[in-house]
Amino acid sequence: MSRLLFIKEGVAVWSSHLDLMRALMRSFRRAGIDLKHSQGFTPHPELSILMPLSVGVESQCEIAEFSLAEGCDVPVGEIAVRMAPVLPAGIRALESYEDGQKTGKLAWLRARLELTYDGSGVGETDSSAPLRSAQNDRIEALRTLFARPSLTVQKHSKKGDVEMDIAPMIREIQVGTGTACPPSAVVLEAVVAAQNPTLNPLLLVTAMEKYLPECKPDHVVCRRLEIYDAEMNVFR
Amino acid sequence: MNKRIEALLPRILPRVQKPARYVGGEYNQTVKDLAQVDTRVAFCFPDTYEIGMSNLGLRILYGIVNQMEGVWCERVFTPWGDMEEEMRAAGLPLFALESHDPVGEFDMIAFSVGYEMSYTNILTMLDLAGIPLHAKDREGLHNIIFAGGACTYNPEPLADFIDFFSLGEGEESTVEIVNCYRDAKRRGLSKEEFLWEVGKIPGVYVPSHYEHSYNPDGTLAAITPLDGAPEKVTKRIVQDLDKAWYPTEPIVPMTEIVHDRMNLEVMRGCIRGCRFCQAGYTYRPVRPRKPETLYEQAVHALEFAGDNEITLSSLSTSDYKYLEPLTDRLTEYCAARNINMSVPSLRADNFSRDLMLKLQKVRKSGLTFAPEAGTQRLRDAINKNVTEEDVLKTCQIAFAGGWNNVKLYFMLGLPTETDEDVLGIADLVYKIYNTWKDYASNKNRGVRIHVATAFFVPKPFTGFQWEPQIDPEEYLRRCRLLKEHLNNKSVEYNYHEAKLSELEAVLARGDRRLGAVIEAAWRRGAKLDGWMEYFDYDKWIAALDECGIDRSFYTTRGFGLDEVLAWDSIDPGVRKDFLRRERERAYRSEITPDCRHGCAGCGANGLLECGKCDP
Repeated sequence: MSRLLFIKEGVAVWSSHLDLMRALMRSFRRAGIDLKHSQGFTPHPELSILMPLSVGVESQCEIAEFSLAEGCDVPVGEIAVRMAPVLPAGIRALESYEDGQKTGKLAWLRARLELTYDGSGVGETDSSAPLRSAQNDRIEALRTLFARPSLTVQKHSKKGDVEMDIAPMIREIQVGTGTACPPSAVVLEAVVAAQNPTLNPLLLVTAMEKYLPECKPDHVVCRRLEIYDAEMNVFR
Repeated sequence: MNKRIEALLPRILPRVQKPARYVGGEYNQTVKDLAQVDTRVAFCFPDTYEIGMSNLGLRILYGIVNQMEGVWCERVFTPWGDMEEEMRAAGLPLFALESHDPVGEFDMIAFSVGYEMSYTNILTMLDLAGIPLHAKDREGLHNIIFAGGACTYNPEPLADFIDFFSLGEGEESTVEIVNCYRDAKRRGLSKEEFLWEVGKIPGVYVPSHYEHSYNPDGTLAAITPLDGAPEKVTKRIVQDLDKAWYPTEPIVPMTEIVHDRMNLEVMRGCIRGCRFCQAGYTYRPVRPRKPETLYEQAVHALEFAGDNEITLSSLSTSDYKYLEPLTDRLTEYCAARNINMSVPSLRADNFSRDLMLKLQKVRKSGLTFAPEAGTQRLRDAINKNVTEEDVLKTCQIAFAGGWNNVKLYFMLGLPTETDEDVLGIADLVYKIYNTWKDYASNKNRGVRIHVATAFFVPKPFTGFQWEPQIDPEEYLRRCRLLKEHLNNKSVEYNYHEAKLSELEAVLARGDRRLGAVIEAAWRRGAKLDGWMEYFDYDKWIAALDECGIDRSFYTTRGFGLDEVLAWDSIDPGVRKDFLRRERERAYRSEITPDCRHGCAGCGANGLLECGKCDP
C-alpha cells in the first residue's frame, strides 16, 4: 500500500468523505495513475482515506492509502507531483510514499479551533475594549471548563444519540488568542484521541455550548493540524 | 466576489444538507477576469445542483457561451429548502457558483426548463435574486431573462415572467442571442427595441409580441402577432452534429450528482414516433453522430474528467445505427481501464446477446425496458412497436445471461385503454416471471421484477396533444386493479403520484392564464414541486381556485381538433396534420413504421438544409 499526504481546505471542505473519495479516484485517473481494482461483481479501486473528515473541517494532514495496478510503473514518490495539476480546488498533494506506519499506530490528532464572536459576521465592528474584556473572560471560562475531570456530551451516531465523556480523550488543550484572527476570537488548540474511539474536535464546541452557553461562538473554523502515534511522533 | 456573500456563506453552510452544492470551485469551472468581460450571463437551472449538473444542455451551452470572448457564463441552481430558508433569514441574495456574485448583477439570465413542475423554482430564483417576477416590470437591458429547453415548446404558462424564449437546440442560436444583446447594449437600445431585434433571430419567440384572445367558453379564440411578428417561430437545430461543439472537457462536480458519469450523446431525435412522447417528436429530425467522432469524444472526456463510467445517451440508444462498431471499440477501451459502460433506453425489440455481453464486461447493471402498455392492441395504438415476443425473448437472453433483476415501465390512462389492457400488464409480467423460471442460469438468487406505472400526461406536439387525461381517481382505480393482479413476491409494483401528474397535465397544455396560477401557488409556498418532500397539491388547488381556473379544462376535457392551441405559434418541424394523422391511426390501432423503415412524412426533414433525414 502507498500513501498520499494532502491538504483539504477552501471550497473542498464542503465535500463529504464519500465525495472526496470520488474526487480522488477521478484525480488518479486524470493523472494517468491506474489503481488496483477489487475483483468481483462491482470492481472498486483500492483506495481509502485513513481518517474521514467531517464536512466543513479543514486539514493539512490527510492521508489516502492506495494500491497501484499491476503494470503501473509510476514511481510512488512521483505520484504527488503528477496529481498536483489535476486535483480539484482546495485539495493539495504534499507527498506520496511507501511503507507508511501501520494504521493501528495512529493515536492522537492536533486540531485548531478558531471561535469567533461577532454576531452575523457582517458589518459589526470587532475591536472595541468591551470585546477585549469579554474575550479574556471567555478564555478564563474555557480554561476552567476544559480542566474538569469529566465532560459529557451528546454525540450523534448511526445508532442514535449517545452520551460520551470526552475529558479522558483530551491529551492537551490550550486556550488563547490567535494572531491572524479577529480580535474577539478565541483559539483552542487541542490534542485529542484519533481512534478507538476518535474524538471529533468539534465536540469541544458542543461541550462549550452545553456547559458555557454564554460562550457559544457565532462561528467556528476547525483545522486538523497534525496526527501522531502513541508516543507523539508524527504519524505518516 | 461579493464580500457580504463571502462572509455569510461559511456560517450558513454548516447548517444545510450537501453544502458542496452551493460553493462552486469544481475542477474545470470557467473563471474569467471581469476586466475582460463585457457581458455576464447567469445560466439558471430551476432545480437542484444534482439534477442541473446532470443536464447535457447546460453543459453544452455553458461551454459554448464561455468560448465567446468578453462573455462570462456562470451556473446557478435552485437551493434546496433548507438553504433557501437560511438565505432568506440572512438576507443573502441568489448568487452564481463561479464568482459568488449576486445574480441580480448579471446582464442576461437564462433558464433551461425541462420539467413543468419546476416552474415555481424559476420564481423562487428570481425572487431570491431580487429581480421583479414579471417581464413587464423589468425595464432596460439589465436582467434580460430568456428561457429554452423541452418545456418551452409550450412557452405560454411562463409568458408573464420570461422576456423571450429560445426554441430548439441552442448551440448556434445562444451565441447569436448573446451577440444581439451586446450589440443592443453598445447601441443603447431600449428593452422594447432589443426584443424586436432579438425576435429576428430564427428560433426566438417573444411572447409580448403576440396577443391571445379567448372565446366565452374559455378556449382560445385567436393568437394575433403584433406589429409584424412572425406568425410561427420555428425551432432551431444543429445541421451537423459531428461538427457541433461537445463538452469533452466538462466541469467535474465535487459532490455526487444524479448522472455522475460521462455522457456521450450518440444521436439526436428518435426514429420511433411513440404517440405519447413529446421528445420523440420535438427532437426530430434524427441525426446520428459518426462513431469515429463519438469514440474520440469519449476518450477525450474520460481522460480529462477521470470518470469511471460512461453512458451512451439518446432517446433510444439501441436504435443508434452505428451502435455495434462504437461499442466494439469503446468496450475494448473501457474494459482495459475498469470503466463501466451503460446503455440506457434499450428497446426490447433489438436487444442483442452481443450487446449484453459487452455491457457486462466491467459491471453488470440492471435491465430496464419500457413496454408502456400491456396488450398488443394498445401498444399498437401508442405506436410502441414492441411485441410480447420481443419482450419475452429479451428477458430470456437476459435471464440466461445471469441477470435476475428487470425493471418494466408502463403507462396507465393511455387513450383507448380499457381494463383488459391494464390486466394485460399483469399477464405480461407473469409471462416474464415464467421465462425466468424456464431460462434462468442460476435460480438460487431468485428474481426481482420491478413494475412501475406512470400516469399518462398528454403533451403538446404529440399525436395525443388533443386527448383528455383520465381522472386521477380513475387512474388510481386502474392502479389498484393492477396491484390486485400482481400477487407474486418476486414482483414489486410502484405507481406514480396521481396528483403530481394531473398538475403536470395542466401546465403542459396550459395557456397564458396559467402564469397567474403558477405565481399564486408560489406565493402560497409551492416550491420544488417535483420533489415529494415539497410537493403540496393543496397549494396548487387553492391557487387554481384563487385564479378561477378549472383544472379539468386542461386535463379531462380534451382539446378540440380545430381548437386554437396555446402553442400554435411554435413550429417544432413536425406538422400538425401529421400529428392529427397519428391520432387517427392510434384510434385504429394502426402502427406507423419507424423512420428507418419508411418516411412517415412528419415534416421535420424540412429543418435540414439538405432536406433529407439520415435515420
